[in-house]
Amino acid sequence: MNRKPSAFNRVLMALVFLFLYAPIFVLIVFSFNDSSSRTVWQGFTLRWYSELVRDRQIMSALSSTLLVSLLATAAATVAGTMAAIGFFNMKKRWRGPLMAVNNIPMTNADIVTGVSLCLLFVAFFGGWEAFARWLNGAQGLIRLPVHLHMGFGTLLIAHITFNIPYVILSVMPKLRQMDKNLIDAAQDLGCTWMQAFWKVALPEIKPGIVSGALIAFTMSVDDFVISYFTAGSGTSPLAMVVYGMTKRRISPKINAISSLLFITVLALLVIVNIREARQEQRKL
Amino acid sequence: MSKKLIRLVDCCMAFDGELVLDHMNLYINDSEFLTLLGPSGCGKTTTLRIIGGFITPTSGEVLFDSVRMNDIPPHLRQVNTVFQRYALFPHLNVFENVAFGLRIPKTVEEGGKKRKVKLPEAEIRQRVLEMLEVVSLKGFEHRRSSELSGGQQQRVAIARALVNRPKVLLLDEPLGALDLRLRKDMQNELKRIQQQLGITFIYVTHDQEEALAMSDTIVVMDQGRIQQIGTPEDIYNEPKNAFVADFIGESNILDGIMHEDFVVEFFNRKFKCLDKGFAPMEPVDVVIRPEDIDIVPQEEGQLRGVVTAVTFKGVHYDTIVDFKGFKWLIQTTDYHPEGETIGIILNPDDIHIMHKSEYSGMFGDYSSYSEEYEEMDEASEEAPDHEK
Repeated sequence: MNRKPSAFNRVLMALVFLFLYAPIFVLIVFSFNDSSSRTVWQGFTLRWYSELVRDRQIMSALSSTLLVSLLATAAATVAGTMAAIGFFNMKKRWRGPLMAVNNIPMTNADIVTGVSLCLLFVAFFGGWEAFARWLNGAQGLIRLPVHLHMGFGTLLIAHITFNIPYVILSVMPKLRQMDKNLIDAAQDLGCTWMQAFWKVALPEIKPGIVSGALIAFTMSVDDFVISYFTAGSGTSPLAMVVYGMTKRRISPKINAISSLLFITVLALLVIVNIREARQEQRKL
Repeated sequence: MSKKLIRLVDCCMAFDGELVLDHMNLYINDSEFLTLLGPSGCGKTTTLRIIGGFITPTSGEVLFDSVRMNDIPPHLRQVNTVFQRYALFPHLNVFENVAFGLRIPKTVEEGGKKRKVKLPEAEIRQRVLEMLEVVSLKGFEHRRSSELSGGQQQRVAIARALVNRPKVLLLDEPLGALDLRLRKDMQNELKRIQQQLGITFIYVTHDQEEALAMSDTIVVMDQGRIQQIGTPEDIYNEPKNAFVADFIGESNILDGIMHEDFVVEFFNRKFKCLDKGFAPMEPVDVVIRPEDIDIVPQEEGQLRGVVTAVTFKGVHYDTIVDFKGFKWLIQTTDYHPEGETIGIILNPDDIHIMHKSEYSGMFGDYSSYSEEYEEMDEASEEAPDHEK
């Protein structure tokens, strides 16, 4: 089956890559264009990047995106790892269906996830309002806020929610590969279960956890749809700001910020892939 | 010597309502090499895991030095285990694998106060290197466990367990994954280490040759019950029932009737034997080991039969002989071709008499003899190791 690709195959392949990467390439090239034209090249500049740094709206969007992504990644990594361990120790009868349920959110359309989370928050706020009114009326010691709004908190919860399945999916295979006797062996040598987990199981599944965290971070940074429905009016992550900019006057700053996003995500994905390839090699 | 170090009193173990250990009573002496031997699923690994503390028996007691240990977790028991597939820690090198147990701070009580104590680095180093020398792995400290051969990994696993100076070492089919040659070497090695250090070894295997070669005491198990406890010689020469006779080596097992002390009848003929203490005319199982049978010209034989199959086995021939429809296995160094009619002579000490048991009639007939024995052996190796 070691056939050489025919000319037709090569051309097809070239076309696929062209359609995939040419737009991104153009986007990056024009982020350095010394003009606001998006069609004519007028020389190299870093003007758009420096304007980007001075743009307070973009900078605050960037910082809130990074904050949400980092916090959501941390929380989802811990929760996802614990969930994976829980699933792993379950009986097969339960593990199968639960893993299937875990996979649904990943294949589910973002818009459905976004809308349903939005509805959930709204419903919760309604219930909360009734509860807070009742409690505030019943006693005078504690004043609970009555009106809650969507904002950073809901955005964070949403991000944690959609990140967890990716972490579980990435940790699970490492648990399966692990020799089941390792924990027994560590306990046998004097560890409590907890010590055994930290000293032996964690180093074994760490590659899976790190990959899971990197994937979660990437998903968080470039999420638009779910954020759109859960961020409220107060908080705007980067993807939403970029979207907003395209509606108004079109500025090459968009090219600059998009290029940066692309490079960041690409870098993270490259890291994940290199790590995985290295691990494969170490096994052989 | 012979102090009872560990006792299992009336231990039962059930998984999902299925009884895996059935009222097990066993004691293990200090500094002895005891082997739990049986086919897979017989409860031997379960017994080992109960002693190691990985599972708690459903009922019954586990006593160490007469102290009840049922609820003591593994890390507080003076027992270490060598696991079936080594279970070395892949992220640590050989030195750190062996040092693992020594690096765990131990809680000691001093004047009512509990304090965590760490061993000094120099002592850890000395003890690890000493132990690596015992298992002949000096100079391998910095290797990763994945860079070692199966036999070397096995030695690391043994060193890792022994460096903690346990009172008892548990070994769960430790040689199962090694090839035959290496297995023989490691058997001698293990026996040497056990004698050198004077530690009690509890060894689990389904390989009867291994058990015979290494053990002081063998416990033969089947279906969660102990079938026989004894020295290798006892177990081989005086099996208690048809299961033991068949599992340990090859046996021809026939129906017989014990007429009186020292006289047994089978094939309508009385034979002299060395067994006594049976009821008059009691039906019994008669065991005759294939290597104990002498083949003679047919006119001189006590019994006469026709050779139906011959297999060359190196040292001897496996000869299948048909005696009135019942086929025996006879192992001789002489070649008797298929179809030849031969006679055999049985001396009194070639015959061993057993009481009838639930296993009577299940074993010891070679009518369907083929390579069946080997096939069974392989199948049991592939079967799941943990009766969990």
